[in-house]
Amino acid sequence: MASLKVPSNVPRPEDDAEQLHKAFSGWGTNEKLIISILAHRNAAQRSLIRSVYAATYNEDLLKALDKELSSDFERAVMLWTLDPAERDAYLAKESTKMFTKNNWVLVEIACTRPALELIKVKQAYQARYKKSLEEDVAQHTSGDLRKLLLPLVSTFRYEGDDVNTMLARSEAKILHEKVSEKSYSDDDFIRILTTRSKAQLGATLNHYNNEYGNAINKNLKEESDDNDYLKLLRAVITCLTYPEKHFEKVLRLSINKMGTDEWGLTRVVTTRTEVDMERIKEEYQRRNSIPLDRAIAKDTSGDYEDMLVALLGHGDA
Amino acid sequence: MALPLEFESLTEAISGMGVDENALISTLGKSQKEHRKLFRKASKSFFVEDEERAFEKCHDHFVRHLKLEFSRFNNAVVMWAMHPWERDARLVKKALKKGEEAYNLIVEVSCTRSAEDLLGARKAYHSLFDQSMEEDIASHVHGPHRKLLVGLVSAYRYEGNKVKDDSAKSEAKILAEAVASSGEEVVEKDEVVRILTTRSKLHLQHLYKHFNEIKGSDLLGGVSQSSLLNEALLCLLKPALYFSKILDASLNKDADKTTKKWLTRVFVTRADHSDEMNEIKEEYNNLFGETLAQRIQEKIKGNYRDFLLTLLSKSD
Repeated sequence: MASLKVPSNVPRPEDDAEQLHKAFSGWGTNEKLIISILAHRNAAQRSLIRSVYAATYNEDLLKALDKELSSDFERAVMLWTLDPAERDAYLAKESTKMFTKNNWVLVEIACTRPALELIKVKQAYQARYKKSLEEDVAQHTSGDLRKLLLPLVSTFRYEGDDVNTMLARSEAKILHEKVSEKSYSDDDFIRILTTRSKAQLGATLNHYNNEYGNAINKNLKEESDDNDYLKLLRAVITCLTYPEKHFEKVLRLSINKMGTDEWGLTRVVTTRTEVDMERIKEEYQRRNSIPLDRAIAKDTSGDYEDMLVALLGHGDA
Repeated sequence: MALPLEFESLTEAISGMGVDENALISTLGKSQKEHRKLFRKASKSFFVEDEERAFEKCHDHFVRHLKLEFSRFNNAVVMWAMHPWERDARLVKKALKKGEEAYNLIVEVSCTRSAEDLLGARKAYHSLFDQSMEEDIASHVHGPHRKLLVGLVSAYRYEGNKVKDDSAKSEAKILAEAVASSGEEVVEKDEVVRILTTRSKLHLQHLYKHFNEIKGSDLLGGVSQSSLLNEALLCLLKPALYFSKILDASLNKDADKTTKKWLTRVFVTRADHSDEMNEIKEEYNNLFGETLAQRIQEKIKGNYRDFLLTLLSKSD
């Protein structure tokens, strides 16, 4: 469930655009006004505001925000304001570049967005960057990582609930064999993870657990924790079967300043607020015994904190 | 009445591709019992004389042949009425079921359709078969072609007009090296599959030009032992040439049963794309010295012929 709080009487996009324009005018910027508007509009509403703003003030709202804001707050507002497909395209592009490399972003986008959403991301990517997401991912990865990531971003998974139990059993067996042989980039291993529907995979992995005594991710952890490929593999499996768990982990690591995914907090909040943030909050509370918004308040400050907390559904609409 | 001529026109009406329905009505339909007997006695390819019991038996071949030739129009109509996405999804499914000798169909569909049309076929596949095209192919194809086929059907290529020529050039070098080196077959090389299954068609055109300059030989001259890889290259780079060649093969008098069916498939799947159809017509004419329309007129009969000609004329 989404955590986004939208007022029951939403102002007209013309009024929102006017208020935003006022927030940029004069000395300084009225960040609180910006948050009070943008953090309480859904994707369709934000898109309308952007069109109206551009038509009225002859400037892209995002450009105006870029000029006026800075640092983490700016990133949060920019990412949030973008339409979800454009946002994912932007994040994907960033993740393939040398200095901002982050394969987890690609895994999140490929594995947690619905199939038709992923297509829209690819369309947005092509429109903006004049190449396809697949060719960039293929070009900027190699070896086992490419073997895993390319089919992952290329796939158009079936999204029905049908499950073939016999197939689940036979493919659980294959997975187990490969895990036992430590063939983590075996063709069939990757084939199953990157082409089967989520429902089918869920059944397969359940069967794996029942038949072989351990969840597959537990088996994939027996290697030293330094193996990037295995970490990514585990993330793929979590994202496909239990996404809130993955996002909780990203949040926890980012908030506690562990690992290298410093932008994880901003990314998870802006990409999941309209999707399943409530579930992620529950997961976070369960695991860390402290509500997410309090953890964020302890770790961040100022406008950045206000923006995140507003997206999480706290504060007034 | 002049019987031998009747026999000739009757035999003619049911030989070759399609059937001449009107001729059948006016000759066979109007015939007397005795004439049909004489016809059966004369048609040694269709009937066998049982001298002991004094009657002429049908060859299995007779019934099968007619069924097949009558069905061409039928199949063309069904295929034509169908949504292009369903058409392509069913083609891929059928090819998968048939096995290795039919995988060229998968290459054809994935390489000659636009990005949106291929995506549409994948959507239709979900709807028709309750699984994704790529999972079906991945689980049924083993061996060196799996990566290529899965990659080709999973492609959602950029179709704009921006291209990085130096990138195309360096990839042409990669391809040239892959072709030259021994060891692993070209179709199994990761870089080859990456380039062919992710790059835009425009990029590949640029790459093609550079490859030929670097190597001094034609990329389309059969660089791989894998006919599927060679076919993919042809479909991606010169689809009109590809289609002209398979049309010609299907119209060849020695064509086998499967090959003859290519005729319907190409016409029905390409007829809505006037630009492409015109390119195919031009290429065919250049290669074989007569127009497709002429060839169809000579070789095909009846409603099937008229239907094909109508499809052909859509792009005039």
